[in-house]
Amino acid sequence: MSKNREVLLDPLFNNNPISLQVLGICSALAVTTKLETSVVMSLAVIAVMVLSNMSVSLIRNMIPASIRIIVQLTIIASLVIVTDQVLKAYVFDVSKQLSVFVGLIITNCIVMGRAEAFAMQNSPVASAIDGFGNGLGYSLVLIFVGFFRELFGSGKLMGIEVLPLTSDGGWYTPNGLMVLAPGAFFLIGIFIWINRAWKPEQIEEN
Amino acid sequence: MGRSWQYIVGFATVVCLICSVVVAGSAVALKEKQEANKVLDRQKKVLNVAGLLAEDAQVSADEVGKLFKKHVRARIVDLKTDMLDPKVNAETYEEKKLLSDPARHDLVKGKPAGIKKVPNKAMLYEVVMGKDVEMLVLPIRGKGLWGEMKGYLALGADTRTIRGITYYQHVETPGLGGEVDNSKWKAQWPGKLAYDDTWVPTLEVVKGRASGAFQIDGLSGATITSRSVGAQVRFWLGEQAFGPFLKNYREGKVKS
Repeated sequence: MSKNREVLLDPLFNNNPISLQVLGICSALAVTTKLETSVVMSLAVIAVMVLSNMSVSLIRNMIPASIRIIVQLTIIASLVIVTDQVLKAYVFDVSKQLSVFVGLIITNCIVMGRAEAFAMQNSPVASAIDGFGNGLGYSLVLIFVGFFRELFGSGKLMGIEVLPLTSDGGWYTPNGLMVLAPGAFFLIGIFIWINRAWKPEQIEEN
Repeated sequence: MGRSWQYIVGFATVVCLICSVVVAGSAVALKEKQEANKVLDRQKKVLNVAGLLAEDAQVSADEVGKLFKKHVRARIVDLKTDMLDPKVNAETYEEKKLLSDPARHDLVKGKPAGIKKVPNKAMLYEVVMGKDVEMLVLPIRGKGLWGEMKGYLALGADTRTIRGITYYQHVETPGLGGEVDNSKWKAQWPGKLAYDDTWVPTLEVVKGRASGAFQIDGLSGATITSRSVGAQVRFWLGEQAFGPFLKNYREGKVKS
């Protein structure tokens, strides 16, 4: 059991896919202007990762080595399309804002990285836990970034006003940098900084 | 461990088959719900722009449908004869089909706001209060900074006073051009005049402080989006689009 626990918790801070492995940055910039979209995107990625890791692991002994990457990709792509359809059917407004980025989960290196590195060697249950853990690690950064971008960029959280804006007669002048992509870079940088200050063993030697 | 090529081809075929069944199955199973969502979204936006439904209102799909049925009538306008065309069924009307058939649309001269085509028949909505038509809701679209913007413009029955504007689809930068969704910005539209005294579309979205009945405050940091919104309104109310129909309408020549 302790191994499963490790598989689950390791990707949060010790081996975070975004902050240590620096994978999946693209979508982390694109969908994090609001907390709501970050949360929905996180859930979509977690769902895809758990299911893709599990399916790949189930057939891992049958996949011919020469075509394994394209088989993984086919499975992932199918799962992403299904996820996109579900979002369109049940959370239409959010899916409109996420637009192409749900589809781009297919190219999110974290998903295929885990399928290739973990699910190909481990049992379906362990793989599902690994997918869930890595999805959580990704979500952690996404929600961190989404929280601060929405708070400082538009003075709101989940669409509810927290800091009254000067344009509405309040006192807070929104930080325009936060709603643009570079704002997300700074926040991810800060996240990596905090993460590595806490766990100095992650600092690369140079 | 090597596998025979027959095994590899067979395996790939099976994986593809299973995946396609899953994808197709989910698409078919969820299609109805997605279509319903789309229709509901449009109906909400039309009610929003007509001021019949607050944007942040939490209402059920049923209530939206009822409100829409009570107050809104879809109409098809023939932009060639500039009259209503009762022969076309508004329920099944799809602008997309007209725009992909060269015989059923016209090319736009000068391409203002990046608009290339105008369909020969267009759908608009009449907003009815009691017996009278209170507003006309016209579809508008055009190219913003990143891509196509689609929305609605509500005009009073005098076809001159603006009652509201809203976009239901756009990909402008959140926080900058994306502020076309900001209710504070949209609130300055009602009451502005779309046409000047000689019925030329004059409304502008300007930088800095807007003054008078023909100007709207631009969105800061979004010059291109702002300019495009102004150009879209002028185009769709102009000669090449709804202009002549609106003229007929206010002169009482349009029979409903």
